[in-house]
Amino acid sequence: MSKHDFKQVLEPTPFHARVDEQCMVKNWTSWNGYQTARVYDTLAAEYFAIRSSCSVMDLTPMEKYRITGPDAFTFLSRLVVRDISKLQAGRVTYVLWCNDEGKVLDDGTIFQLAENDYRLCSQHHQLDWLLLSSLGMDVDISQETHEVAALAVQGPTSYSVLTEAGFSGLSQLKPFRILQTNLHGFEVMISRTGYTGDLGYELWTDPANALEMWDAIFAVQHLYNIRPIGLDALEIVRIEAGFIMPGDDFNTAETTVRADHDRSPFELGMGWVVNFDKPYFTGKRALIAEHSLPVKRRLVKMSVTGNKPPADSFLFDGKNGKRIGTINSQVWSPILKANLAMADIEYRNGMKPPEIWAEIYYQKELEWRATWAECRIVEKPFWSHPRRSATPPGQY
Amino acid sequence: MFTPEILASALSFISQGTRKTKYGVQARARAYRRTGNGTVTMIYSRVLRETHRVNMKKYDAIVIGAGHNGLTNAAFLAKAGLDVLVLEKNEYIGGATASRELHEGWMYSNCSYVCSLFRPEIYQALDLGEHGLEVVPLQGSTTFKQDGDYFGSYHQPAVRRREIARHSKRDADASIRFDADLMKWCRLVRGFLLRTPPDPASLKIRDAMEFAYLLKSFYRLTESQIYEFIRFFTMSIAEYLEEYFESDAILAHFSGGSIIGTGLGVYSPGTAYVLLHHAMGDVDGNIGSWGFARGGMGSVSKAIASSFQSMGGEIRTQADVQQILVKGRQATGVVLDSGEEVYAGVVVSNLDAKRTFLNIMARKDLPDELYRRASNFKIRGSSGKLNIALDGMPQFPALPIGSPLTLGHMHFTDTLERLERAYDDWKDDCWSRDPYVDTLIPTQYDPTMSPAGKHMMSVFVQYCPVEVEGGWTDAKRDAFGETVINQIASYSPNFKDLILHAEVRTPREIEAEVGLTEGNIFQGELTLDQLMFNRPFPGYAQYRGPVKNMYMCGSSTHPGGGVMGAPGANAAREILLDMGRENTTPEDFGDD
Ligand SMILES: Cc1cc2nc3c(=O)[nH]c(=O)nc-3n(C[C@H](O)[C@H](O)[C@H](O)COP(=O)(O)OP(=O)(O)OC[C@H]3O[C@@H](n4cnc5c(N)ncnc54)[C@H](O)[C@@H]3O)c2cc1C
Repeated sequence: MSKHDFKQVLEPTPFHARVDEQCMVKNWTSWNGYQTARVYDTLAAEYFAIRSSCSVMDLTPMEKYRITGPDAFTFLSRLVVRDISKLQAGRVTYVLWCNDEGKVLDDGTIFQLAENDYRLCSQHHQLDWLLLSSLGMDVDISQETHEVAALAVQGPTSYSVLTEAGFSGLSQLKPFRILQTNLHGFEVMISRTGYTGDLGYELWTDPANALEMWDAIFAVQHLYNIRPIGLDALEIVRIEAGFIMPGDDFNTAETTVRADHDRSPFELGMGWVVNFDKPYFTGKRALIAEHSLPVKRRLVKMSVTGNKPPADSFLFDGKNGKRIGTINSQVWSPILKANLAMADIEYRNGMKPPEIWAEIYYQKELEWRATWAECRIVEKPFWSHPRRSATPPGQY
Repeated sequence: MFTPEILASALSFISQGTRKTKYGVQARARAYRRTGNGTVTMIYSRVLRETHRVNMKKYDAIVIGAGHNGLTNAAFLAKAGLDVLVLEKNEYIGGATASRELHEGWMYSNCSYVCSLFRPEIYQALDLGEHGLEVVPLQGSTTFKQDGDYFGSYHQPAVRRREIARHSKRDADASIRFDADLMKWCRLVRGFLLRTPPDPASLKIRDAMEFAYLLKSFYRLTESQIYEFIRFFTMSIAEYLEEYFESDAILAHFSGGSIIGTGLGVYSPGTAYVLLHHAMGDVDGNIGSWGFARGGMGSVSKAIASSFQSMGGEIRTQADVQQILVKGRQATGVVLDSGEEVYAGVVVSNLDAKRTFLNIMARKDLPDELYRRASNFKIRGSSGKLNIALDGMPQFPALPIGSPLTLGHMHFTDTLERLERAYDDWKDDCWSRDPYVDTLIPTQYDPTMSPAGKHMMSVFVQYCPVEVEGGWTDAKRDAFGETVINQIASYSPNFKDLILHAEVRTPREIEAEVGLTEGNIFQGELTLDQLMFNRPFPGYAQYRGPVKNMYMCGSSTHPGGGVMGAPGANAAREILLDMGRENTTPEDFGDD
């Protein structure tokens, strides 16, 4: 009977010894209950490590579930709104899943490790929903968040860094593919996946090897600029890449208390992952009904003119016009020199508003000021680069 | 039969005279007899005439009972400029919301012991902070397991989650769904706390509007939420929780709140709602959390009383009301057990519905239907209470050293089955041999309730019957206390040695001392048939009595028991409305 250490509020990840050593500002936060750095040293340096050289991020707190058994595929296929019939061993796919009302519970990725053997990664805790959804199926579901140490190595030189650090076989690894390899005699799984929109990899191994893997990567630091990065830098690049963040950009259905505060995939602009040709998936009936009507609101990517941060801004259909929405998350993109935002706005008659204006409150030396900024909806990722998917990757 | 002759021979002398008493002038006839040895004994005495000192002053309102609701009601009436008198039978105020020093140096919260349901709107409107009230949030709760382990629901969310996961990873995730679902129902029900329930049978515009508000609140739910809500209202807590959790200790832990104060078991339909009744309170916006009133729960009543008095209100203790006076189908005042009569334009009863209608109103003043309903009102007592003065801090070896869990609620029942067995005993007219207890040691926070280094423990006990076989005796009461003490002692080896004094209360004591019929802590059970527009009875849910100018403001009325203040405030709103006075009661802060 293990007792609980009440003095440990946030749990250390298997990389904690290194993370703690490298984190200069000790700006910690909780990510799924793990002690996680928001910033290690300087946000700008971390951001540019991702976009111009190589970044390393401790990814362990991401929820991981192992799904095995004869009904594993059937279970997953019914769980998610996407058609995953083309998934095969060694491949990864992006998915999202809904409750019976067609409201999004979370998004994530499915890794097919082998026949009847999958790993589902998600942003939030999902064990309850997975087990509820698996009733009556021959499938085994276990949470393995703490049993798998994970690092994201991302940036233009990530391929070179990993190769130099001793990982072989990466040159032919295409995006969304998995490589089983080893380092210093221990097994490492590498997937060409990430949340940065850049060239990058995610490394998965037994927690016992975590520090050795970290050290092997940083051992080539004399050749390349490698930086550990925190959640703040990640927030900038994920918005540049146009990725949504469940919980920040929309309320996940399971935690929603007020009616109408949850969101469907269509309302998130994620209709492209919904596949109505699939015989069944949870939420299908509700989504078909919803899809026959004009969309009422949308989560949109917006660039906001000027340089004043539109944090928590209300949005209007004109300067001093009618209120039509709010900004959910926003960053200043150093590479685009623009304010980028994820915003929730009303679509009247299924149409996007002809004009969107943000009312921005900002402070100069404790004095609050207000200004208006025009916003422009962007359908594609704000920023993308061919190096993200080039195979073999470029040698930078 | 006495013939005049016998009388004449037997009587030695007769006296007749008047004397002034505390309450008026009394004319009395007495007969004495001298016996052979010369001693005189009085053999006859009769009051011929008595003129009661009539309180010539007529108050605007009399509130019978200085429970926290009576005081709240009185305070809002006084705030509207009325001349208000509160009459309390005990020598102390507060009713079931009281602090008393029964062992020198130790202050007990004799009945209610934690605060959370109290409406912040009332707190603010009556300036209770300025009148000395301070509610300190208490942290966490624990269920001790029979195998030596424990389940701790910590205050700190990350720690709490990990502790749930230690018992079941699945339950840790399910608690997210559980919290959100509970919050949905809380939001719905909380919106009705400071509102007068509509009379669904009425054609009045106000009732129609209130009913529309009720429907609108439901309308804000999605279709599936409405179905879920109806299930929630009618389910047992055990079945409800089993839709979320799998760990025995966690199921037992979260279901305890649902049986507190009820004559129901964890598997009885309707208990899921009671959970809500306990969970919908908040301390500074933290819904579901509980707090200690600094100085014990009496501080709540004291602050309300102080606010009331600062607005000119008057409180008389040791003023036991015998009857509400009714003339021409109008309440005109009250008569005290001393015979004194006090008159007022409005009479408000803070007593439970049974006492109000069956004890202090004349049968002739009541419609038959009301009398019948009052007779049938469900008010079974099921709880006991121990307040214990301790010479030091009891140890709980199951917990890690320095654990913050002793700061919160402690329970010693780790399965649903044990909870149900505890209920079975009660049904058999016996106190639970393995009771469910809610134990707290507030002196870990509050320096005002015991000498430094010493402690006070409050133990709420479920179940304890109104009648035991053969009737309650002091010896049986003490045996009940022993049962509870032994249960705690089996988890705390030094506990018994620390006990300096214990107040043991069964429903018998709670009824006799506090005046709660059958010792029911809520002034009537919180079952669907006795909630909202059915509380206390259909047709009487709007705080008005059967005769003009007579009102009810106790926990027997909507929204029910607990230290909430809402019944008192709601009743005040109705009274002021009838009098054409400005409404001084606050509106719900709202949650959106
Ligand atoms: C053991 C116990 C534990 C509890 N624990 C909690 C808790 O922790 N938290 C919580 O929120 N709630 C708790 N409750 C419930 C809560 O205390 C009550 O629901 C609430 O205090 C009732 O308040 P009231 O003003 O409606 O009535 P009461 O407090 O019952 O007030 C009625 C008053 O009327 C007086 N009275 C009676 N007859 C007469 C008469 N003939 N003439 C004059 N005066 C008379 C009484 O003496 C009393 O002062 C508990 C109750 C009990 C009994």
